[in-house]
Amino acid sequence: MNELNTMTEQAPHSPERRRFVGAAAAVAGLAVVPGVMLYEVADARPEDQPASSAVRWGMLVDATRCASGCSDCVTACSTENGWTPVAQSEHPRQAPQWIRKLQLEDPLTQAQINLPMLCQHCAEPPCVDVCPTGASFKRADGIVLVNRHTCIGCRYCMMACPYKARSLVHEPLNDTQKPDVPRGMGCVEACTFCVQKIDRGDGTTACAEACAAAGHNAILFGDLNDPESEISKRLRELPTKQVRADLKLNLGVRYHGI
Amino acid sequence: MASITFREVEGSSLKYWLLFGALGLFVLFGALAWNTMHHHGHVITGMDNQIVWGLPHVFAVFLIVAASGALNVASIASVFNKPMYKPLAPLSAILSLALLAGGLLVLVLDLGRSDRLIVAMTNFNLKSMFTWNVFLYSGFFALVGIYLWTMLDRSVKSWTKTAGTAAFLWRLILTTGTGSLFGFLISRELYGTGLLAPMFIIMSFAYGLAIYLMVLAAAYAWTGRPLGDAVMLRLKTLLAVFVAAVLYFVAVHHLTNLYFTKAHAVEAFILRDGGAITSLFWIGQILIGCVIPLVILLTALGRQRAWLMIACALVILGGIAQMYVTIIGAQAYPLDMFPGFKASSSFFDGEVHPYTPSTPELFLGLGGVAVALLMTTFAVKVLRLLPVSLDDATVAKLDQH
Repeated sequence: MNELNTMTEQAPHSPERRRFVGAAAAVAGLAVVPGVMLYEVADARPEDQPASSAVRWGMLVDATRCASGCSDCVTACSTENGWTPVAQSEHPRQAPQWIRKLQLEDPLTQAQINLPMLCQHCAEPPCVDVCPTGASFKRADGIVLVNRHTCIGCRYCMMACPYKARSLVHEPLNDTQKPDVPRGMGCVEACTFCVQKIDRGDGTTACAEACAAAGHNAILFGDLNDPESEISKRLRELPTKQVRADLKLNLGVRYHGI
Repeated sequence: MASITFREVEGSSLKYWLLFGALGLFVLFGALAWNTMHHHGHVITGMDNQIVWGLPHVFAVFLIVAASGALNVASIASVFNKPMYKPLAPLSAILSLALLAGGLLVLVLDLGRSDRLIVAMTNFNLKSMFTWNVFLYSGFFALVGIYLWTMLDRSVKSWTKTAGTAAFLWRLILTTGTGSLFGFLISRELYGTGLLAPMFIIMSFAYGLAIYLMVLAAAYAWTGRPLGDAVMLRLKTLLAVFVAAVLYFVAVHHLTNLYFTKAHAVEAFILRDGGAITSLFWIGQILIGCVIPLVILLTALGRQRAWLMIACALVILGGIAQMYVTIIGAQAYPLDMFPGFKASSSFFDGEVHPYTPSTPELFLGLGGVAVALLMTTFAVKVLRLLPVSLDDATVAKLDQH
């Protein structure tokens, strides 16, 4: 780089030298590209670069490890993203819940299953299809989000979601908001796969971290497109299901043990 | 061609201004309701994250559906060339515009961010049925507006049939779009069927005509203009056909579901175990909305003006009940994400969701009705929409030509 700088300083207006500098920069660029690619996947994404479809973020939930009565994932989500836990809300029916613990019971066998339910980050999201303004959108890396600036609060996405994953903010927000998690009254919101953490390069979500910290390891987050990622390896080993697989929405969240 | 004289309603009587004032008061209440909801958020409504569309949607969708139906009388005149209906056409067109305006107003004022209406007008997702409806509503206003113009302005009268046909085809597409708002939803057991589109069209025929008949009768009674039985009885028979068709579609919808085991639970909820929803279905939608009106319309009772008006009012009330069952009932029944399992959670999974409409919601909805009626009341004063006389002799002359 020093050499290049010196050359350009010496003859800034020479077209020949300019071409040389251009070619040199291109060669240097090519040499750096693989590093940049690795950097992009493994680390924080620079703000001026769009999300890449080379990655598809996804989650594996092992329901056999999800403990009854534990809601650490829910607490962690609410802390990370700044939404009031439903137990503290004055209006529990109207309080947003980005993630919830679901208890299932087979009426025939009384077998019980616990699992966290959240936005399934469909590859073919019905919420994105029905949104009139395009505020509901899917990022190139598979994360389904709501654009806080163009959501008009029509709630059509909530009608369309087969997982009841979305909430409308029904009342003015208190000061628990986080600077990197914009929210607002009258807008619809849902799990973002902790997009702020992903973009920071954490490579995981608050719920997955909390579940691991509690020693359950029921939630594994990672890149579904990378065959060497831990989630891809585990998905190859474990039989998993998609919730309402009949809808063929190709979900980003897969469950084992349901 | 026998000539018909159209004249504005004088609209200077105390009665007119009382009506105007009363409707205006409800518009004001509606505006206050919106302001309250907008200020405090939807937390003051009965809606929550389970019942996301509440009473305002019931009113809005009812009015929008009725709007396209109110155009029927005009369509029969222009598209199907029935001279007897021609004097009735201008009121039919203005009423459809007014009902659509009222319905849309309720719809947009119930948005979580109604201040962002401009966003909805400038950002479009063409895969969304809602977006399509935005275009369909705008097109309806334009086409019916042009149609009305061809009826009122002699210089463009030759275009009436063309404009009327365009408006007629558009209203069919429009109601297909309204029905498909629900028909295109995969997640709810009671939606996700193409049947909803034609069902909404036939519902629009019935609701729109019932409203039209009541407005027509009121306008003539309150202005002292003669309105003969010939017109009313012809429309009465038509209303009976439409109401019977609604009943038929409802029966087919539920019978189809009853055949499929997977839909038994949701059908049991609507038809038997749903409490208020079940009552609204059987008493509101079926008995009040269909059976009693059919008995009145198909027997000698329907020949009496008062009974005919009662039948129309019942069709309207039944229609609102039908919308309530369609919109609220489908949401009240929990989503079945894990078939075969009993689900429970802090987010009320696996439970029937209760819903009690709040006062602001009711007044927002009624505000939309008031806007529609106020617009009509004003329009008949400033435009020549109503024939001076619709007595039997005048109408008989039309039929001979």
